[in-house]
Amino acid sequence: METLVALRGLTVDFDVGHRVIRALHGVDITVGKGEAVGLVGESGSGKSVTWLAALGLLGPRARVRGSVTLAGQELLGAPARALEAVRGRRIAMIFQDPASALNPVHRIGRQIGEALGLHRGLDGGAARAEARRLLDRVGIADAARRLTDYPHQLSGGMNQRVMIAMALAGEPDMLVADEPTTALDATIQAQILDLLRELRRDGGMSMVLISHDLGVVAENSDRICVMYAGRIVEEAPTAELFAAPRHPYTSGLLAALPDLDGPRRRLVAIPGTVPEPAHLPPGCAFAPRCPVVLPVCATAVPPLESAGPGHRAACVRVRRAVAA
Amino acid sequence: MNAPAAPLLQARDLSRSFRVRRSGGMFGHAAVLHAVDGVSFDLTPGRTLGLVGESGCGKTTTARLVLGILTPTGGEVRFEGAPVPAPGTRAWRQLRRRMQMVFQDPLGALDRRIPVGQQVMEPLAIHGAGARGDRRGRALELLDAVGLGASFFARYPHELSGGQRQRIVLARALILDPTLLVCDEPISALDVSIQAQVINLLLDLQAKFGLAYLFISHDLKVVRQISHEVAVMYLGKIVEQGDPDRLLTDPAHPYTQALVSAIPVAAAARRRPRLILKGDPPNPVDRPAGCAFHPRCPAAVDRCRVDTPVLKPLPDGRLAACHVAHGEAGSARLVA
Repeated sequence: METLVALRGLTVDFDVGHRVIRALHGVDITVGKGEAVGLVGESGSGKSVTWLAALGLLGPRARVRGSVTLAGQELLGAPARALEAVRGRRIAMIFQDPASALNPVHRIGRQIGEALGLHRGLDGGAARAEARRLLDRVGIADAARRLTDYPHQLSGGMNQRVMIAMALAGEPDMLVADEPTTALDATIQAQILDLLRELRRDGGMSMVLISHDLGVVAENSDRICVMYAGRIVEEAPTAELFAAPRHPYTSGLLAALPDLDGPRRRLVAIPGTVPEPAHLPPGCAFAPRCPVVLPVCATAVPPLESAGPGHRAACVRVRRAVAA
Repeated sequence: MNAPAAPLLQARDLSRSFRVRRSGGMFGHAAVLHAVDGVSFDLTPGRTLGLVGESGCGKTTTARLVLGILTPTGGEVRFEGAPVPAPGTRAWRQLRRRMQMVFQDPLGALDRRIPVGQQVMEPLAIHGAGARGDRRGRALELLDAVGLGASFFARYPHELSGGQRQRIVLARALILDPTLLVCDEPISALDVSIQAQVINLLLDLQAKFGLAYLFISHDLKVVRQISHEVAVMYLGKIVEQGDPDRLLTDPAHPYTQALVSAIPVAAAARRRPRLILKGDPPNPVDRPAGCAFHPRCPAAVDRCRVDTPVLKPLPDGRLAACHVAHGEAGSARLVA
């Protein structure tokens, strides 16, 4: 598969005044053309920061290092003009809370029109016609009338559809969807995920889906990266990750999920809590919570190593299994 | 099965409506919102009733009615056989020792300026329960019961993680020895790895103290894990109620079917065909006539538009409010 976006050794340091805290410790992710990559992790694991950093959206207090390329072109440290040609145009992003991402005092049509003007130079009647087509495309009934609505007149699910329409305005090569359905009800979540699947199938768009919900990611990704404490700890094709997880954190997450059917069993909880970025344990960040921890885990951070075709995990036990 | 125990909590035809103003015109116009509309259920001691549904379906209003924080506009709540007294009265405050509530956001439920141990003790002081000297010991017992040691007593909420804070909230709720705990989305704000810890803790506490839970959640998987019985709500009414396993493996009401099929499943082998509902849940002010679900229902027939279905038993004993599920739909399909 041809690579569209590649992150290499991405690190992010936040300057919090008296000290600098590292939030991202060298992340490598590649996204192929037309591929859907899922990124799962708990709050503070760095899944959102990764993509905000890659698109230069973190602000002056963050120091981003490493490399981010789009079709071979380096984005990190690129001039603002070059970034503006990419953001929204070639890589679009949608967020968890559509109501706060939309401007409450402007009509939907104007907001989509703004994106169309910015990215495709459309205005006037052409922009209106295209905005109506986009609303239609994301499944909003009576699109022509909805263009004159304000965000508060729409439901959460409709607003997320509007956000997706705005993201599509630039005809992007890739969509980064950051918890796109977390704020929505179950039946509306199903609608939005169905829409994203359909858009990807029809347009060949690449997608990065960020979520804390393993089920959501499982159903909508070709490949999954699991993040913990600012690092990718496991990466595998979706079916393989669930059938044969190799990192104890991934196995722990799966065991902690209640089942929908079958006998009810006591959940196997992961003990302890996620470490704070400022107080990471030495060595493997998961070691203090790990049920199969070894003495060596407290001394060195295990690198992400091959655990089979397309499968990588950052655990010393993987290396031992390969060596044996 | 044993003879059914006397119910701890009984809701009978519980209703609550609110006067609201609809948008439109300069001041809008008055309308009535039926947040809860004829809800009945029993909860026996030591058992859990799970209440599921989407936002706006009335599950939190039901919880507030049960606790007497809101007065019902119709129907009645009985606790230990007696009606729940009017809020603010002495009798109501006495009763509230026996029924406690846990909310979604533990940080919002705790005072950031007071050590958590003090906050766990506080209900004892408010209700004048126990000798002053014993209160600290009792708080330490509860901290231990929720899996936090005595070392947590002097800490402040900001020093704790989300899961630990929810444990503090639970300890505080349990210090007055309640028999009923109303939990409103108690784990929704927690990380996945922490949710399992709190679910297990809730089950352990129930076994240890014989608590009954009214457990409100939008997550059917969590509700199945913790509940003895589940009630599904849609626009203020219970549409299906029964054994959690049966409800999830073979939902009778089309809305339950859609809810169950909407759950994203990690294991590909366990996935079921997805039923995607059209549109959003209607505004509760504009409750559709007949069955409130009929505009979104894939199985709706003519009768559903005019005739409100009653919640009644199916042959297998569970309750459903659906003409189609009861085989009383007639043959005429709804013409869309």
